[in-house]
Amino acid sequence: MNLFLFRRVLGLLATVLAASLVVFIVLEVLPSDPAALMLGTDARPDTLAALRRELGLDQPSWWRFVTWIGNLLRGDLGISYTYRVPVSELIGARVEVTLPLAMMAIGLSTSIAIPIGVFSASRRGAASDTAMMAGAQLGIAMPNFWLGILFILVFAVWLGWFPAGGFAGWDKGVGAALHSLVLPAFALALPQAAILSRVTRASVLETLGQDYVRTARAKGLTATVALWRHAVPNALIPVATILGLQFSFLLAGTVIIENVFTLPGLGRLMFQSIAQRDLIVVQDLVVLMATSVIVINFVVDMIYRLLDPRIGAGAQ
Amino acid sequence: MKRLLTATLIAAALASPAYAAKDTITVGMQLEPPNLDPTGGAAAAIREVNYLNMFEGLTRVDENLNPHPLLAESWTISADGLTYTFKLHTGVKFHDGAAFDCSVVKFTYERAVGPDSTNGQKGYFEPIAKTECPDPATAVVTLKRPTGRFLFAMGLSDSVMISPATAATNKATPVGTGPFRFSRWVKGDRVEMLRNDSYWGAKPALKMVTFRFISDPTAAAAAVMAGDLDAFPNFPAPETLDQIRADKRFTVAIGTSSGKVVLSLNNARAPFDDVRVRRALAHAIDRKALIDALGGGGTPIGSHYVPGDAAYIDLSNTYPYDPAKARALLAEAGVKPGFVMTLRLPPPAYARRGGEVIAAMLEQVGITAKIENIEWAQWLDQVFGKSTNFDATIVAHVEARDLDVFARDFYYFNYKNTEYRAIYAKYIEAADPAAQIALAQQLQRKLAEDQPAVFLYAGAKTGVWNAKLRGLWINGPIPANHMAVVSWVD
Amino acid sequence: MKPKLSLYIGVGLVGLIVATALLALFWTPYPPTKIDILHRLARPSAAHWLGTDPFGRDVLSMIMVGTHTSLLVSLLAVSIGAGIGIPLGALASSCGGWVDALVMRMADLAFAFPALLTAVMITALAGPGATNAMLAIGLFNIPVFARVTRGAALSVQERDFVVAARATGRGAFGVMARHVLPNISGILLVQITIQFALGILAEAGLSYVGLGTQPPQPSWGRMLNDAQTFIFRAPMLAVFPGLAITVAVLGLNLLGDGLRDRLDPRLMARR
Repeated sequence: MNLFLFRRVLGLLATVLAASLVVFIVLEVLPSDPAALMLGTDARPDTLAALRRELGLDQPSWWRFVTWIGNLLRGDLGISYTYRVPVSELIGARVEVTLPLAMMAIGLSTSIAIPIGVFSASRRGAASDTAMMAGAQLGIAMPNFWLGILFILVFAVWLGWFPAGGFAGWDKGVGAALHSLVLPAFALALPQAAILSRVTRASVLETLGQDYVRTARAKGLTATVALWRHAVPNALIPVATILGLQFSFLLAGTVIIENVFTLPGLGRLMFQSIAQRDLIVVQDLVVLMATSVIVINFVVDMIYRLLDPRIGAGAQ
Repeated sequence: MKRLLTATLIAAALASPAYAAKDTITVGMQLEPPNLDPTGGAAAAIREVNYLNMFEGLTRVDENLNPHPLLAESWTISADGLTYTFKLHTGVKFHDGAAFDCSVVKFTYERAVGPDSTNGQKGYFEPIAKTECPDPATAVVTLKRPTGRFLFAMGLSDSVMISPATAATNKATPVGTGPFRFSRWVKGDRVEMLRNDSYWGAKPALKMVTFRFISDPTAAAAAVMAGDLDAFPNFPAPETLDQIRADKRFTVAIGTSSGKVVLSLNNARAPFDDVRVRRALAHAIDRKALIDALGGGGTPIGSHYVPGDAAYIDLSNTYPYDPAKARALLAEAGVKPGFVMTLRLPPPAYARRGGEVIAAMLEQVGITAKIENIEWAQWLDQVFGKSTNFDATIVAHVEARDLDVFARDFYYFNYKNTEYRAIYAKYIEAADPAAQIALAQQLQRKLAEDQPAVFLYAGAKTGVWNAKLRGLWINGPIPANHMAVVSWVD
Repeated sequence: MKPKLSLYIGVGLVGLIVATALLALFWTPYPPTKIDILHRLARPSAAHWLGTDPFGRDVLSMIMVGTHTSLLVSLLAVSIGAGIGIPLGALASSCGGWVDALVMRMADLAFAFPALLTAVMITALAGPGATNAMLAIGLFNIPVFARVTRGAALSVQERDFVVAARATGRGAFGVMARHVLPNISGILLVQITIQFALGILAEAGLSYVGLGTQPPQPSWGRMLNDAQTFIFRAPMLAVFPGLAITVAVLGLNLLGDGLRDRLDPRLMARR
């Protein structure tokens, strides 16, 4: 197991390195340079050259890649071309929006999906089960950004309960900040909840058929107690892994939802940096996102192996 | 004693909301500045935050582009137009306490033309031969040749005074001589500035100014209506104006801007090298319908100048909307129906949405315009860059009085007209205001006749603000928010 | 939901979308790109069933033609994904060893980039457009198909008939083509419908953020973006394109579910 773990971690590092190389090469062949964008249409060639020198863009690209990776390993994300502040500072400010949003979405989707899934499973075949699963199908089919627009239409334009977009900022108080995240979090959470409720239902139904649950029932436990004490906890293992796998989708989802609600999060930083050719910020962001997806998938994989030793043998 | 204190407290509590006029303001802007150094980038957003607020030049320009004294209280110009002697205000200090005197002027101007200069308008300083300091309160600037617009150019945001001590750090923490000083910048969200209580001139009425950046038009409209913003001087959501106009809380002010929206053509590429084709395109476009479709307001133009400027002449009817005439001209030039051209469009709505409308209009005269939406970076590279690999694009030229772009050796229109250049050379050296105006009009007529670009409309500056605010600029000939003259009334 | 019912509804909805796409090839109420400034932002009426957009274009016609973009991009993206992913997965499962490891690490790498990230990079490189959106979604599909194929192939690899076939001396590729792939075709078919549905969602999302289909070609996602700008003046514009996306995706998902139940009766108990 230790050797296996070591090899996996090594593979993980190689993947991250490969990802950063891919990103760097792609951005390297992008047309145009940040200096031209910053100085505008009246810039003179000598002014452009001076700015490129100042930004270090006159260095050969292999050298810029090596310095970038070297600095990354030391935890230094570099200096933004456009803003001239440490990239870590920029990203840090945006994480304050994206992370709470993602957490709220995960929290909402699990707290909606698990009760629905369990309830639906316990009423298998009943009208309520059918209705809930039909609702879930609908939820999966609705694009989250459309849901977001509909929320804006109903809750911001018609009812005026929430802002149509924008972020109040944490300095306006936790309440105000969370208030501006409610609609985007729901828009992100509902389609995820729809998927998760179906997984939960299927998983609970499977455990309900297992011997230990039948035994529990035979011992005289009521259906409800057997369900919640024995079936549900076991059913949640696959649910948790699905949650981990959904992380990548959630990340992409927040990027779009931030655009719908104009939240100053990582996704908007990404679009903005690409438009401004703030390449170092783009590189850092892509590596950051790719790494978090890789690491989370790795962790999920490891947990799954620990919980279910059969998989380790099969996949080796 | 105790009772007195209580009474005072109660009176104060009662008084403060009712009597003390509001002295803070939150101003909305669509784009966030990339940095806050007015001499290190061309972004309009830098100027909108900084100009006349945190930084000041020797002169300033007003809402109608006329130069006025600022850090220079007066000046004299030698008879040959080559030597400008500025008398500087004394006792002026930068926000960090550093003194302002002639050495700062010399430093600022020499830095702007130096080899490491990243000034977006380095061309303004290029005529300067030398700057000398006979005494700390006098600056003598000698030019290489007479330059009619020198006082105007020295009054713009790119020409503000920079202290040697803070020149390197202005990007993140700007330090100037202005009536407001930098407080903080929350990236992606806002810039805050506070009143400079040791300001050398008249103190502003406002104690604190916050600029908030909201790029999405819908969100901007919502923030205005929710009262989160007190003013949005360049309001980006014309489709919501009716609703805002109907609301007593707001003032909607439609003014002029220097923005000239044009359908730029590549004059070096056939068939756009043929003036008949360019005129045909001008006949094919219904400018009024285009302005209506975009909804942001504006005035049709026929040349590269905007109404509101003293030298403006209305040439919008030189080639009136006439599809039949357009088809005839195209046929005459040998352009067959079904001719395909590409239209490369940068991101702003006037270009993207305007492009769709123009493509539909060109379809009516037998031209298929293939739309390619591109980013600014690609636009600068493919359209504006050295290769000028394009047929046509739609773009707003926002610099004020920029007749020079058609006279440059290299500029992306590839309009190389010796007659125009000869008139321009006379215009730039003319010192007499009346002669300047006459020459500017001659240039406008020449452009209208040749249509190196199809001139579409002069963009309106639409401002929305709280009805109790006074002093905000209605016209926006240059990017600026002059907050020192803004106040609240009851 | 009853498996048969979901299959029928799925077939019905997908049929509706395909029929609309075919009809739009020959006929729409108005030309979908015809601009009519005078009648902009009209409410739904007899003349314009779903109203008009900010340029006076007929929304129904745009939605009808939008089916082409949506179906075509998604279809080609699935073809790219399945065409490259399935052989890769099959190769990995039958070769094992370093080939398997290499393919799976590459899949990990591709998975590390959310589809949107890939799209953003491709469009930054080659410019936005339907082709690039399709490529981006297709690239994202490759590792999905590779993984599913590998997993399914491994599970039948040890079944008696495969072991028997191998014992007769058939080559690995022959066994794969004759015995393994036919037996996992059901799983792959279901995956294809799922990816098809995801492709429609992805194309809409990319077009919404401006990275997908370019004007004047109508696209559901871009229509939603336009609609958001005018949400105060013409709220109905935000409703119909979203409904079209939902109907298409719902239809494909139901079809996929129905197929799965048909092909694998053992799973019936779980649905």
